[in-house]
Amino acid sequence: MISFSGVVKRYPGGQEALQGVSFSIEQGEFAFIAGHSGAGKSTLLKLIPAIERPSGGAVLVNGQNVGALKRAALPYLRRNLGLVFQDQKLLYDRSVYDNVMLPLAFGELGSREAARRARAALEKVGLLAREKANPIQLSGGEQQRLAIARAVVNRPSVLIADEPTANLDAESAAAILDIFAAFNQVGVTVLVATHDEALIGRFAKRVLRLAKGALVQ
Amino acid sequence: MKAWLRQHRQAIAAAFAKLAAQKSAAALNALVIGIALSLPAGGYALLSSLRTVVEGASLEPQLSVFLRADARRADADALGARLKGEARLREVRFIPREQALKELQATEGLAEIIAALNRNPLPDAFVVRPKTADAGALDALARELRALPAVAHVQADSAWARRLGALAGTARLAIALVAALLAFGLVAITFNTIRLQILTQRAEIEISKLIGATDAFIRRPFFYLGTLQGLAGGLVALGILRASLAALNVGVSELAASYGSAFRLAFLEPGDALAVALFSASLGWLGAYLSVSKYLLEIEPK
Repeated sequence: MISFSGVVKRYPGGQEALQGVSFSIEQGEFAFIAGHSGAGKSTLLKLIPAIERPSGGAVLVNGQNVGALKRAALPYLRRNLGLVFQDQKLLYDRSVYDNVMLPLAFGELGSREAARRARAALEKVGLLAREKANPIQLSGGEQQRLAIARAVVNRPSVLIADEPTANLDAESAAAILDIFAAFNQVGVTVLVATHDEALIGRFAKRVLRLAKGALVQ
Repeated sequence: MKAWLRQHRQAIAAAFAKLAAQKSAAALNALVIGIALSLPAGGYALLSSLRTVVEGASLEPQLSVFLRADARRADADALGARLKGEARLREVRFIPREQALKELQATEGLAEIIAALNRNPLPDAFVVRPKTADAGALDALARELRALPAVAHVQADSAWARRLGALAGTARLAIALVAALLAFGLVAITFNTIRLQILTQRAEIEISKLIGATDAFIRRPFFYLGTLQGLAGGLVALGILRASLAALNVGVSELAASYGSAFRLAFLEPGDALAVALFSASLGWLGAYLSVSKYLLEIEPK
């Protein structure tokens, strides 16, 4: 499903964020990417949707070498990935509902089916009652749930989250992880980067531990 | 196909929404474009109106050969026979002095003056059309005709019409140059408007790219926005032109009436008006295309 083979990422200036990282994630698997701040977790996750390109090695998603993909092919890769970020990346001039509708605007679905999907996604994360609200009116945990709804509305096979609980209290963080676990139970591959060891401990899942850009576990 | 059409519908709706959200700025842009475009469009309308006058006059070389006032009809017949035998002439037409007077009497405002005359002051005349249009050959022919017996004066009648035609040609070229310069201006205005719009929507563009929007999907609303802005400018230009011509025609029709003419400055033909609107819309699209090509590639998710 996702395979890293000797992946190196060097930023301009020579800083090496990843050093020969190799691992595989199978379909339907749930894995944490753990490590301290600056260990290379975000860089690793950014290589999967080709937000960053590897300096060496290969990143394969469903057998496709994403590092070699042309620019025009990237949208189609990203539509199959659900991305959740620490800062949510929501549009604050639109309603909760419109934020979830955004990925469906460039899809093939008709308006009625798109609306049904958007509401179903909001229901799954418990925000259907707030569909008309502006994201700014939501709490941090709710904003993160909204980001998850937007990430899953296209029914991606992989859900990737970069520090999704970093700014949340323990209770909200656990609720977010429970949502990821629920999606994983229906077959979605989930990859979560976090430095929260307590949270990792709550779930008996595979852990890929990074330190200074290298995989140590 | 259905999804593609839906996306276009949404892009058009988004473009209209952006215009509606910035009504004042959009109106000012349309006004600036409209004023700029109304200048060449007005020049074109003016020339089109003048063309009808120029086309009414003969542009073919034509010489009027006036006989001496004391020339007899026999002198005219002899001259006519000689002119008809001249190989360099294509057509020879005799206008007796009586006919010339009748035509003059028919001219507005001259009937009373002519009635007051106690004798016909006009001479017999021949109107001849040479085969050549060469200015040198015409001058030489006029000199030769002037030397013929009974001939008092030879006049090249088409010279003014040719000069007016040449002037109109130069004016058309000047208008084309002005239009080209102003077209650059229009493209620059749209380019800058779209650039600002892209910068305003930077976050939205970045997020859209992140979740799988294609470049075409992101570009589309900006193209429609540029095209709509250009179209609005074109319509404003047509409005300005129509109002200006209506105002000018008050004086022009009065002046023309004093010469016995019903001449008025005409608005553009429907096809020409449509061309102005489409030209403006195309320039708006071009400005948007250049701006989007330059700035959209610079925005990538981080």
